Amino acid sequence: MYRYDEFDYAVVKARVDQFRDQVARRLSGELTEDQFKPLRLMNGVYLQLHSYMLRIAIPYGTLSSTQLRMLAVIARDYDKGYGHFTTRQNLQFHWPALKDVPDILDKLASVEMHCIQTSGNCIRNVTADHFAGAAADEMADPRPYAEILRQWSSLHPEFSYLPRKFKIAVTGAERDRAAVQVHDIGLHLKKDAEGNLGFTVYVGGGLGRTPFVAKKIRDFLPEQDLLAYVTAILRVYNLEGRRDNKYKARIKILVHETGTAELTALVEKEFAHLKESELKLPESDIRAIETYFAPPVLPHRPEGDAVIARAIAEDAGFAAWARRNLQTHKNPDYASVTISLKGIGEVPGDMSAEQMDVVADLADEFAFSEIRVSHEQNLILPHVARADLKQVYDRLKAADLATANAGLISDMIACPGLDYCALANARSIPIAQGIAERFADQAVQEDIGDLKIKISGCINACGHHHVGHIGILGVEKKGAELYQVTLGGSGDENAALGDIIGRGFAEDEIVDAVDTIVKTYLAHRQDRHESFLSAYQRLGLAPFKEALYGSDAKVA
Amino acid sequence: MKILAANRLIDGIAVWLGPNGNWVEDIRDADVVRDATGEEQLLATARDAFGNNLIVDPELIDVDLIDGEVIPRRLRERIRAAGPSIHPNLGKQAARNAVVHLT
Ligand code: SF4
Repeated sequence: MYRYDEFDYAVVKARVDQFRDQVARRLSGELTEDQFKPLRLMNGVYLQLHSYMLRIAIPYGTLSSTQLRMLAVIARDYDKGYGHFTTRQNLQFHWPALKDVPDILDKLASVEMHCIQTSGNCIRNVTADHFAGAAADEMADPRPYAEILRQWSSLHPEFSYLPRKFKIAVTGAERDRAAVQVHDIGLHLKKDAEGNLGFTVYVGGGLGRTPFVAKKIRDFLPEQDLLAYVTAILRVYNLEGRRDNKYKARIKILVHETGTAELTALVEKEFAHLKESELKLPESDIRAIETYFAPPVLPHRPEGDAVIARAIAEDAGFAAWARRNLQTHKNPDYASVTISLKGIGEVPGDMSAEQMDVVADLADEFAFSEIRVSHEQNLILPHVARADLKQVYDRLKAADLATANAGLISDMIACPGLDYCALANARSIPIAQGIAERFADQAVQEDIGDLKIKISGCINACGHHHVGHIGILGVEKKGAELYQVTLGGSGDENAALGDIIGRGFAEDEIVDAVDTIVKTYLAHRQDRHESFLSAYQRLGLAPFKEALYGSDAKVA
Repeated sequence: MKILAANRLIDGIAVWLGPNGNWVEDIRDADVVRDATGEEQLLATARDAFGNNLIVDPELIDVDLIDGEVIPRRLRERIRAAGPSIHPNLGKQAARNAVVHLT
């Protein structure tokens, strides 16, 4: 893992001391709320319905066991015993007191974590594939580049007051598991014909009020040009992006209003000036950062197949878990394990302090002390010997962390929604719980197969509903919760926005509506191998509309 | 009918303005006003409290009195008065045997 150098330490420490002083001055009245609010936001402190909320960055979703244990300590000592993992690979505490936040930040700094740039109109936490460094289909580990971007963007003076927030995602695998095409900049690592590493560059993706899939503006950007090119994009955006209207200030609107060709020309022009500047990454620097992310030395463990075969025969629960929650590793003796934070009836993404400790212990004993956070609100142990999987499973099961549903209908994304969020129009979590309970049966879920449901409690789309195979958006209508449904969205390498199916559903109708959609899929699919998404792409909205609204659909 | 909701500066906890200018943690103790004069009094007290760094985000909210209990019109405010609907053991609902009126 990347280790802080003396500069990182000094910067984070200075920032904690500064914020401690700012909090003291706010509480004494020396700073007004108007003066203080932007300062607290710069340190990840939001005010929500019941309390403050603290958002902690987990750069590119990589956590050590020591860090996870510290999050457990904070959850216990300063919060209500749990934390919430988000679609931004962040962790949020929902109940911290403002007076305690400087102490929390001190604790975080002691394990190389902070909350800087988790809010505000700056470059936010850079996200990456949660199987980075482990997945068999990976071209190269995206995290060294994410780390280079993190160092470059941290407290970047030119880009601290952008028109709006700015999100960058990087993936290094064939399959895009980081949803790069719905980010302000998406970087897809690849190799050119000569075997050189570089990126396909996407710009202007984003969800929210006006969703767009990003436009490809470069087929291949050599790796050494990463910072020069990203700077060029940010510079064009910083100058040309709209500041007159908050809802039109994201780069997606600039791309849309300017046109991809013209915007690309502006970026390339700026890039031409920067290409040979100090922003050009020396090969030696890239390779030096890469060494921090070198995979652990994985001992030869060929006995895995036999151990697994025996465990599968003896334990149906393990068999189901092994079918769903394992990802093929580069090393055939190993696997990446998905720890589902979507137990049936649980809150998606929530984890208790005790569970954090269990996972930290497992990481130390079986997974080289490494943990990942996925944007799908699950945790990953990236490198587990297949021979150890049964032991890991048993320990996870004892901690209620072995739900065998990765990628299945109950593995939903849900934002905090109206249960916590001050911006929400409707609740998300109870809808997710209701759907999970409806489809709790393992055989039913596995028969339905891969299906991603994503739920947001308002148009800000933190729950990525636009790219859910089934997307659910909560709105408020006449004082009641109403849920709009979209079908056919996708956040992978074939990114697409879902189509709105029709009028929304009340809170007590939405689970039935999802049930109807799923039954319609099951009735129309060609066979078990045709996934929900493929079937939808073949069938279109019509049969689903008909099933949901009956003859009304023909009129609508 | 209205009451005045806010969050306490020091810890962010949701509070309401009670009689005598006290900030109360239980919505049942909130001061309910029925006219513009009453609203103005609540707002004036809240402005003072904001200026004195006691609370932030003061806001008048619509409520009904149902069987003698203060029930906010909006679900958002009902959830704020009770706690997360998914965690009956957390928030204000945990501290008292509150009836949570979500619908
Ligand atoms: S989508 Fe809306 S309700 Fe959900 S967390 Fe984001 S802002 Fe809050």
